[in-house]
Amino acid sequence: MKFVLLWSDALFFLLVVTAIVGGLWARRIEHLRVSWRRVGQSRVAMAAATLLVAFVAVALLDSLHYRERLPGEGENYAVEVRSALDALLAGLRTRTEKTYSAPLATHSFAKETIEGEGRDFPRLKYGGAHLGDELGRHEMDIALRAVQGLALGLIAWLALWLAGAPLRRRATHLAWEAVFATLFALCLVSGVAAALAGGYHVLGTDKVGQDVLYLTLKSIRTGLLIGTLTTLIMLPAALFLGILAGYAGGWVDDVIQYLYTTLNSIPGVLLIAAAVLMMQVVIDTHPDWFATAAERADARLIALCAILGITSWTGLCRLLRGETLKLRELEYVQAARALGVSSLRILTRHILPNVMHIVMIAIVMDFSGLVLAEAVLSYVGIGVDPNTISFGTMINTARMELAREPMVWWSLASAFVFMFALVLAANLFADAVRDAFDPRGAR
Amino acid sequence: MLAYLIRRLLYALPILIGVNVITFALFFIVNTPDDMARMQLGVKRVTPEAIEKWKAERGYDLPLFWNERAEGAEKLTRTIFFTKSVRMFALDFGRADDGRDIAREIRMRMGPSLAIAVPVFVLGLFAAISFALLLVYFRASYLDFAGVVLCVAMMSVSSLFYIIGGQWLVAKVWHLVPISGYAGGLAAGKFIVLPVVISVFAGLGASARWYRTLFLEEAGKDYVRTARAKGLSERLVLFRHVLRNALIPILTGAVVLIPSLFMGSLLIEAFFGIPGLGSYTIDAINAQDFAVVRAMVFIGSALYIVGLLLTDISYTLADPRIRLQ
Repeated sequence: MKFVLLWSDALFFLLVVTAIVGGLWARRIEHLRVSWRRVGQSRVAMAAATLLVAFVAVALLDSLHYRERLPGEGENYAVEVRSALDALLAGLRTRTEKTYSAPLATHSFAKETIEGEGRDFPRLKYGGAHLGDELGRHEMDIALRAVQGLALGLIAWLALWLAGAPLRRRATHLAWEAVFATLFALCLVSGVAAALAGGYHVLGTDKVGQDVLYLTLKSIRTGLLIGTLTTLIMLPAALFLGILAGYAGGWVDDVIQYLYTTLNSIPGVLLIAAAVLMMQVVIDTHPDWFATAAERADARLIALCAILGITSWTGLCRLLRGETLKLRELEYVQAARALGVSSLRILTRHILPNVMHIVMIAIVMDFSGLVLAEAVLSYVGIGVDPNTISFGTMINTARMELAREPMVWWSLASAFVFMFALVLAANLFADAVRDAFDPRGAR
Repeated sequence: MLAYLIRRLLYALPILIGVNVITFALFFIVNTPDDMARMQLGVKRVTPEAIEKWKAERGYDLPLFWNERAEGAEKLTRTIFFTKSVRMFALDFGRADDGRDIAREIRMRMGPSLAIAVPVFVLGLFAAISFALLLVYFRASYLDFAGVVLCVAMMSVSSLFYIIGGQWLVAKVWHLVPISGYAGGLAAGKFIVLPVVISVFAGLGASARWYRTLFLEEAGKDYVRTARAKGLSERLVLFRHVLRNALIPILTGAVVLIPSLFMGSLLIEAFFGIPGLGSYTIDAINAQDFAVVRAMVFIGSALYIVGLLLTDISYTLADPRIRLQ
């Protein structure tokens, strides 16, 4: 086995580390700590955060990539890059059917000519295979497995509850009841899904027979990456240029303002389209840069994040410039300047901490929009690589199936439901963060 | 006022030039025309002759900035930068890959795009303002809370879901309107109803919530309290004072979008088969027709700059306290 660190993995881990370090840093600063405490007291925010953490956990598992060692002599590794999540869900990944099948079905969705029996719905290779010929037991079996799954989920939740007891005692002001209520629902749902996944395709299979549950779980990483990496990539530029424009003024301000007005006036989708088209040409004309298909898809993902970042940094930059302009004239900054404190020190000690709330709000507010944008862009054909599993590519391949009779609804429905859960959680969390950090709301 | 406008127009020029340079850099410097030709003709098994022919057909066989072999002023004009980028200022966009004149295509496709975009804009604004006013009227009640929750939920649903779901339900299950297509004149009616309704619906959550906060901010001001104190009914306060004052930021925020309505909507037009500029752009993206994408970027930016200018003018019209100089 050989570990593979894709660029997006590295950036994602960097992001998580940054978040943790940033969290520790924020604890030392009084007003940030107060604001975060207010977020922690909000029940809605904590429930949303719990769901987001669950999504991030899936994405982190999916970011530990490796290449399997091939049997035989010598150092030969498989071409496919797999992740820890793939290894965990090996059952789901390998048990592919021939084509569509409905959720929990035992038979294929399309009729086929079977030798000796004429045209009929063939049995699935894996879905409900353990039933053998006793098809009458199908519903009974599902009910039984569901109950087992509920029990499993309950036990898992109780374990979490007990493990969380010291936490609850230490930080009594946080809205733990919301956290554990969300965990309760999460445990039950995943318990049932896990129990059923042992014998069936819980959310059905897609056109080439892949398990839809597996695809949706894999999509989470792409969605999260687009939502977070974009901000990570654009943040340094926006922070630096925004504060510089506000603090320096004069021609520096003019140049930076000209820069972002120009970028802003190009319609976002078209700029993204043009840039992605060009990026694709670069990637296609240099196949030797990438060792595996995963690396090529990864390069396109990073490029997409960078391009989205370029189109979206202007808003944050403008806000930061305005805030810095305001702060520059305040007494304490004037006093610092009068005392001979260097500009660099004023910027890092007095300006930067006081614009952090704007950055924080921008990060969480942009996230949900970016996740939604990924789906639209992939649909238009300027999103992630078609081989990257994402909500957008899932919807794109599934939309034609609505025209079939009877309808194939499950891949579309699964993609939309998972996306809705992710975006709703992000929106609710973002609202709470904005309410807590926005000084206008702190009356 | 006139002097101000002229100055603003002069400011707009460097921005347009900037856009032009950025798109030029994107399309011709990141990748050479050779790369694009190889991409279009298939990366492998492509002869140099085929590349030269492809470039010559599209006028990409010139030097980028400076033509040594030409005479006099042609040293500057017979270059890719001049023929492809500078000519755009004269609204000369050249030809698409299929040989059609892009400017003519744009003129033809503007109508269908506007037929969708204008009703969406007007109805969307009206629906969002009405919904937000309703929530403000019942503020701090369970109805208000439920409305905000609904708005957040509606914002969290992908716009693709609204389109796919709406198209499936209304056109396929209920058979109320054709699934997709377009016709000129009055016959267009039955084709544009569904896209318009879906677009309005998809945008409602976000804008209604945003307008609600604007209204609430306005409703907390002193003059509103005065109006209430002198005995005006809540309805009068809301319509005569809060709505009229909060309309200023709403309308001025919306004005910037008006010129961009010409561009149409990419998704809606693609799904409903509307032959507008949005679907033109999507087709160009899928066919990797760089000339069309470049033209659309330029037009989109120009319209946005016009929108900014209109915004400034609308400020003075809506708010007499603001003077442009």
